[in-house]
Amino acid sequence: MDCVDFVELVTEFLEGALPEADERRFIEHLAECSGCENYLDQFRRTIATTGELTPDNISSDARQQLLSAFKDWKRQ
Amino acid sequence: MAGARELPPDEVLVRRLRDGDEETFALVLDTWSGGMLRLAMSFVSTKASAEEAVQDTWLAVIRGIGDFEGRSSLKTWVYRILVRTAKTRGSKESRTVPFASLQPEEEGPTVDAARFRPPGERYPGHWAVGQEPRPWPEDYVLRGEVRELIAEALDELPPRLRAVVTLRDVAGYGSEEVCSMLEISPGNQRVLLHRARAFLRRKLEHYLSGVHDVAVGGDERGLR
Ligand SMILES: [Zn+2]
Repeated sequence: MDCVDFVELVTEFLEGALPEADERRFIEHLAECSGCENYLDQFRRTIATTGELTPDNISSDARQQLLSAFKDWKRQ
Repeated sequence: MAGARELPPDEVLVRRLRDGDEETFALVLDTWSGGMLRLAMSFVSTKASAEEAVQDTWLAVIRGIGDFEGRSSLKTWVYRILVRTAKTRGSKESRTVPFASLQPEEEGPTVDAARFRPPGERYPGHWAVGQEPRPWPEDYVLRGEVRELIAEALDELPPRLRAVVTLRDVAGYGSEEVCSMLEISPGNQRVLLHRARAFLRRKLEHYLSGVHDVAVGGDERGLR
């Protein structure tokens, strides 16, 4: 396996979706290639950082409207 | 993974919502609306419209909570309503996002071909000299800035890529749930996810190499 193929298979590898033979070649390449080892590490860290995002939230107006909509619904 | 951390289990949530418990409603509203807003942005053209889609979704949730059957998690149920609502809005804004098949621009390499050795050279297809990815600093510098960078990069992504990576990596859904929410095949889901992640990684790499030059001032140690 070449680096050029390796970089396209990272998500499939992380998802456990690689066929067994490809997974073996992926790991063999990983063990020998420090560039791809770094690439995989960077990919993992990118995913982890994306997972730390605190998303924007809806406006406080919208929030208030929804809270009172819920209150009204409860009264019915 | 942002989200469900502090919420009680679904049975409790659903019972309390049906009983009209305002605190519980405020809790789910505050916990989920941010992720919903970001997801809705994949289908509509403005933030205002995304916010309306989120509001309409919550109104539908209030009306429909009595009918929730618990076949999926409560959050998945809410997200499905959101995707339906946002898609409808989006198509009214003539912004239809075909999810079923891959677009031509979604094929091709995710790493610039110039970074690999061309055919004919020794070790073709391997990283070219000086083009290999280098380790990122352990502490990753200024994490707040890095998060902001990712948030901005997410907004630059084409809608389909943004939807998939938002659901998987921001909201923390599994691939099966995402395939069912967006009605795409597992293979297409992986392609979209990979392209989105590769884009975000490129942004980080670019940013971190810039910061590194400034911070270290050309000292090559630390680079390898
Ligand atoms: Zn390699």
